[in-house]
Amino acid sequence: MTERNAIERLANREYEYGFVTDIESEYAPKGLSEDVVRLISKKKNEPSWLLDWRLRAYRRFTELLAEEREPTWAMIHYPKIDYQDMYYYAAPRRKALASLDEVDPELLRTYEKLGVPLEEQKLLAGVAVDAVFDSVSVATTYKKELEKLGIVFGSFSEAVQRVPELVQKYLGSVVPYSDNFFATLNSAVFSDGSFAYVPKGVRCPMELSTYFRINAQQTGQFERTLIIADAGSYVSYLEGCTAPMRDENQLHAAVVELVALDDAEIKYSTVQNWYPGDKDGKGGIYNFVTKRGKCAGRRSKISWTQVETGSAITWKYPSCILQGDGSIGEFYSVALTANRQQADTGTKMIHIGRNTRSTILSKGIAAGHGQNSYRGLVRIGPKAAGARNYSRCDSLLLGDRCGAHTFPYLEVQNASATVEHEATTSKIGEDQLFYCRQRGISEEDAVSMIVNGFCKEVLRELPMEFAVEAQKLLGVSLEGAVG
Amino acid sequence: MGADAMLEIRDLHARAGDAEVLRGIDLQLRPGEVHAVMGPNGSGKSTLAHVLAGKPGYEVTRGRILYDGEDLAALAPEERARRGIFLAFQYPVEIPGVANNYFLKASLNAIRAARGEPDLDAMDFLTLVREKMKLVHMPETLMGRAINEGFSGGEKKRNEILQMLLLEPRLCILDETDSGLDIDALRVVASGVNALRGPERSMLVITHYQRLLDYIVPDRVHVISEGRIVHSGGKELALELEERGYAWLEKAPPGAEAAAP
Repeated sequence: MTERNAIERLANREYEYGFVTDIESEYAPKGLSEDVVRLISKKKNEPSWLLDWRLRAYRRFTELLAEEREPTWAMIHYPKIDYQDMYYYAAPRRKALASLDEVDPELLRTYEKLGVPLEEQKLLAGVAVDAVFDSVSVATTYKKELEKLGIVFGSFSEAVQRVPELVQKYLGSVVPYSDNFFATLNSAVFSDGSFAYVPKGVRCPMELSTYFRINAQQTGQFERTLIIADAGSYVSYLEGCTAPMRDENQLHAAVVELVALDDAEIKYSTVQNWYPGDKDGKGGIYNFVTKRGKCAGRRSKISWTQVETGSAITWKYPSCILQGDGSIGEFYSVALTANRQQADTGTKMIHIGRNTRSTILSKGIAAGHGQNSYRGLVRIGPKAAGARNYSRCDSLLLGDRCGAHTFPYLEVQNASATVEHEATTSKIGEDQLFYCRQRGISEEDAVSMIVNGFCKEVLRELPMEFAVEAQKLLGVSLEGAVG
Repeated sequence: MGADAMLEIRDLHARAGDAEVLRGIDLQLRPGEVHAVMGPNGSGKSTLAHVLAGKPGYEVTRGRILYDGEDLAALAPEERARRGIFLAFQYPVEIPGVANNYFLKASLNAIRAARGEPDLDAMDFLTLVREKMKLVHMPETLMGRAINEGFSGGEKKRNEILQMLLLEPRLCILDETDSGLDIDALRVVASGVNALRGPERSMLVITHYQRLLDYIVPDRVHVISEGRIVHSGGKELALELEERGYAWLEKAPPGAEAAAP
């Protein structure tokens, strides 16, 4: 009957995708060592330059670990991670499948429950799916059609075999192995991920999509994704994930690198729904991710859109390096923290080229005991004449035990730049809820209606299908509200 | 007496926080009747409207509210709305990002579902809403905008009446619908309200001023003061109040002429 009830129901919502698939995993020994790094590389039949790169990262990481350089500046709190107490490699038994028929039916059922569009009818939706289950890609669809256009899309390890020169040229060109603690760890032990290359002048005719899934217990997940849009090309990439219920915290330290050459555009959309832990904060994923795009070419554009509803802890700053003159970076974000979830997320817009532009639109929602921080850097370099940035950060509080924080950083080294920043914080109003309920709308629907209204400007940046999923994830049963 | 009442309020006491705002309201409203509730500021008029609609934050400490013979106490606000109780708000809230037409459709379909009627599809809804908008002279551009966001005072009130026309409630409670309206807007709003008058529909018109009652002519007028109905009469009572003010009634004994229809 009260506003608090509806808010608590939303805040304490059960994780719907909590189930465990019973597939035997093949583990590397527990713990991190040079041998494990070599084993991973060997299992993947990698060229020596890649093994060397991994080993450099491994050595760097052992230094960072010895110097206790794990980052502590974010507004997140978690028990110390024992990096020797986890597995760094796990894969489903069978590999190299020719068709879906060969895929473990158990796995297919899991995907079905998750709504992963692997099956025939899903193909009609125009989505090519590279499904990452644990660490090894088990199925890729639509690849042939994409190949006709010269588009390379598949698992990262496959790309290492097929287009090694592209991988070698661009791997680490945006996020070097020494970039930060978690990116360094990822560089040493990354297992798999996605790779896409769109050749000159090609407009990718479908949304490329990858569904990630953490499954094996105590397996750190280290995905590595690399997307290259050659001159004048366009690609829209969707990343979405759900994970099964677990008691132990699981570390997820992915790296995503995007490169856009002259006049190219990359749109990268994420719906993140890793297991957030139970309502007392037990379990849940630590999502410590480095995502960065480089607008290397003139007039290139990179757009990040994210809806972050999952994970116990989110540490994530999808960023843009605006190097090419006239290039554009965008960041649209919804981050929802309920129960005991913590999120420290935002972006960095690094303006290097002339007349570069960036837009930041962040919507943080905190419920229950959730803590939600926006952290964003806008840096205008000395040569970035005529650069422009617009930032807006809105926070919505549901209940009175949660928190919203905003940490904007501005560094302007060119006087001709224009930088605007706006921030608001509001509480979901009792009067708003009563108004909706007086019109016959249930309390729960009213809460989700108000929350979705708050996020609307971000949600409309998502591709249609994803927007629908995102609205559901925001705890709702909205009917036809999209658009 | 009372068997044919749509709304029967008996000895209603209610508090908001520590303050007892309603101190024994008795009132009966039969189908088809329009009653005005008048009174000075702070007398409990709006509280009565909110308590009837079930707004959280009020506690009924004594007495009952019967609607079609059913006690409302246990019913959530949305349940009351689905049974046909509608409150036109004095201060309609703004809800950023939620389009007015989306909200109206969600509301209408929730009410229709409660009546056992199927959802209206987008086209039928549009036809219906356009027809009703004409009655309150509302421009169509307001439909695509967020609920009440940036609406003028008059537009907000018209939006309330539009919702009432769409939802076709059985009991309409108008909470100071005339406040902040100029005379033209008042006429438009009143004609919208009058379009809904009928033998099966009852209205409780809460107002501070007699002016609205020139347009929405009530069957009965009640004067509320310090949480009680201190005087009731026919429509001419409103005119008397206009001339003499409220002071002469405030000293009247509690429940003096209360609520006999």
